[in-house]
Amino acid sequence: MSSTEVSKIEELANKEYKYGFVTDIETDSLPKGLNEDIIRQLSVKKNEPEFMLEWRLKAYRHWLTMKEPHWANVQYSPVNYQDLSYYSAPKKKPTLKSLDEVDPELLEVYKKLGISLDEQKRLTGVAVDAVFDSVSVATTFKDKLNEMGIIFCSFSDAVQNHQELVKKYLGSVVPYTDNFYAALNSAVFSDGSFAYIPKGVRCPMELSTYFRINAANTGQFERTLIVADEGSYVSYLEGCTAPIRDENQLHAAVVELITLDNAQIKYSTVQNWYPGDKEGKGGIYNFVTKRGACRGVNSKISWTQVETGSAITWKYPSCILQGDNSIGEFYSVALTNNRQQADTGTKMIHLGKNTRSTIISKGISAGRSQNSYRGLVKIAKKAENARNFSQCDSLLLGDKCGAHTFPYLEINNPGAKVEHEATTSKIGEDQIFYLNQRGISTEEAIGLIVNGYCKEVFAELPMEFAVEATKLLSVSLEGSVG
Amino acid sequence: MLEIKNLHAGIEGNEILKGIDLKVNAGEVHAIMGPNGSGKSTLAQVLAGREGYVVTEGEVTYNGKNLLDLATEDRAREGVFLAFQYPVEIPGVSNTNLLKTALNEIRKYRGEEELDTMEFLSLIKEKMKLVELDQKFLSRSVNEGFSGGEKKRNEIFQMAVLQPKLAILDETDSGLDIDALKIVANGVNKLRSKDNATILVTHYQRLLNYIVPDFVHVLYNGKIVKSGGKELAFKLEELGYDWVKNGKSEEVVNH
Ligand SMILES: Nc1ncnc2c1ncn2[C@@H]1O[C@H](COP(=O)(O)OP(=O)(O)OP(=O)(O)O)[C@@H](O)[C@H]1O
Ligand SMILES: [Mg+2]
Repeated sequence: MSSTEVSKIEELANKEYKYGFVTDIETDSLPKGLNEDIIRQLSVKKNEPEFMLEWRLKAYRHWLTMKEPHWANVQYSPVNYQDLSYYSAPKKKPTLKSLDEVDPELLEVYKKLGISLDEQKRLTGVAVDAVFDSVSVATTFKDKLNEMGIIFCSFSDAVQNHQELVKKYLGSVVPYTDNFYAALNSAVFSDGSFAYIPKGVRCPMELSTYFRINAANTGQFERTLIVADEGSYVSYLEGCTAPIRDENQLHAAVVELITLDNAQIKYSTVQNWYPGDKEGKGGIYNFVTKRGACRGVNSKISWTQVETGSAITWKYPSCILQGDNSIGEFYSVALTNNRQQADTGTKMIHLGKNTRSTIISKGISAGRSQNSYRGLVKIAKKAENARNFSQCDSLLLGDKCGAHTFPYLEINNPGAKVEHEATTSKIGEDQIFYLNQRGISTEEAIGLIVNGYCKEVFAELPMEFAVEATKLLSVSLEGSVG
Repeated sequence: MLEIKNLHAGIEGNEILKGIDLKVNAGEVHAIMGPNGSGKSTLAQVLAGREGYVVTEGEVTYNGKNLLDLATEDRAREGVFLAFQYPVEIPGVSNTNLLKTALNEIRKYRGEEELDTMEFLSLIKEKMKLVELDQKFLSRSVNEGFSGGEKKRNEIFQMAVLQPKLAILDETDSGLDIDALKIVANGVNKLRSKDNATILVTHYQRLLNYIVPDFVHVLYNGKIVKSGGKELAFKLEELGYDWVKNGKSEEVVNH
């Protein structure tokens, strides 16, 4: 995206902000800045129960005592927290009249990903007259889920209609004291997703935010809470493979997962937010706290992520293995190109007996990007017979990028078995020649090799997601050759 | 089909090919023999367009085009196929995936429709039979963990699927057991036609019992020092390379 395009987007964003400010009808915005008063107003606007406000305020007060962390292997200019508007939902994106007004580069990417015209319009904020198919699909889905007692709604809805569940589980995995961004999120989160799978129910379809139209624009402080009750199973898909241009620069989301006895959650993410231009201008700061608690015996939480977007990604989807025999898994592909920076990994905290964890991380760096894996495996004293296997591979494309691995081990039980394997490789010139010699262009050859390298992780993704992720990698790597 | 004139080429400043002349017509099979390090693989790689090799003199015409001007992948799309002396492993990429991508790229280049999955599968089934390759190799990663002989057989399988006009086989026979050698030779023979040509790089006359060449050339120290018919291979087998070295070959022949 050229700088004139950037300023165009900024212009549009500013315009919208002004409207929100001066028009009486659009009272749905709060002025910039953060203080207790703003938080009270936000809570009132959302018609929240008392406990919610209290929790937000406690989080805010705690946040005030914290310092922005800088231990990650990323660099960025400081964020001015008083310069953000903390309530502008339902925020309208600048509505464009037709796709002609959309950045052609972005449309090109959509075309390559095979995204339908209607969907392109939805993603870029073009007004659509026809009712989406997906709306009716979503309704059908909802009826079916209701029948089974599955709750799947926006976080705001959950606060209104399922207070007891929210009260019981909110902050129980990621307390507001956890870290700077989690505290900030707890104080000001605007919306997000909530899912509850009742005892013994196997959710018959993949739950995806995509189908939950009403929370399409949950903004920069998103909150997700998923509870799988005893013996239940759910697979949850977050995000969408199309790049999203978003004027919010800082995204500080929190995701909490809870599995009770014999329950299982499979959480898959494909993140392809705007990474900034080739020189590193613009782009999203994606600072997310994702954590799951395997509370029950024999329960399992499995994170799969494909991270190709954002200027800076800073996230560690983690598992707290409390229940005996519980299992945590982390499968990750993180690709950085141009000036992108990613510091990502996981924490596997073994507390229960016979707990097992697997970490498969595939980092790919191209351009002038920096890609770090950071992972902690902690085995508590009482975690008898715990097992971990970690494999962290880095693939370098070119010689101006960097790959780093920071594995941390804390083993407090002598019976633990922990295995760590790490490799760093470059795409071989001989591999590219071999594929060229078969009639395959260098760009396509790199796509094939990189996708092959990520195979183990893609195998964990739901089918449609895997197909899109494959295309996405190739698109994200474009221009990284030669 | 292929005409090489006074080709000089090298790598990192070392001249390896020192004036090669070779003409290959459609329908012909040429065998290139020669001692280790004489430049056989270098010639194959230069023709295929490997980066790093620099042509300092001479020209190569392929079906009326200047071959050296074409990008590596375009040479392949124009029908040049190299069966590698050391096939490369590509983890995570299945043989099928590679072949489907390659075949469709080649077809696109030629302005032909891409094959759909059914057409593609029936094509590879047919070609698999030709080289008696087991089904399980289709889903395995390209060459990864293949035995030496399996790699070579896989090269011929790929060749069968891609149906090149000019195939260059770099020591495809080394590492093959007797049965595999027959199978591979049989595959190559079945693919032979009046429209395509084959260059066989080999050390052993044995292969030439199965694939009978029209011409045999001896490459020594970057030059073709002797050319002849298939009987030349027998003579080499019998007398070794000494008699072609240092221009002594005439003497020997006159014995
Ligand atoms: N990168 C390089 N730098 C210097 N010399 C090289 C390089 N690559 C190849 N050579 C040399 O070029 C010569 C020709 O090598 P080439 O592989 O073409 O031989 P060959 O005839 O195929 O031998 P073989 O029968 O053993 O396969 C050898 O002496 C080799 O050492
Ligand atoms: Mg050789």
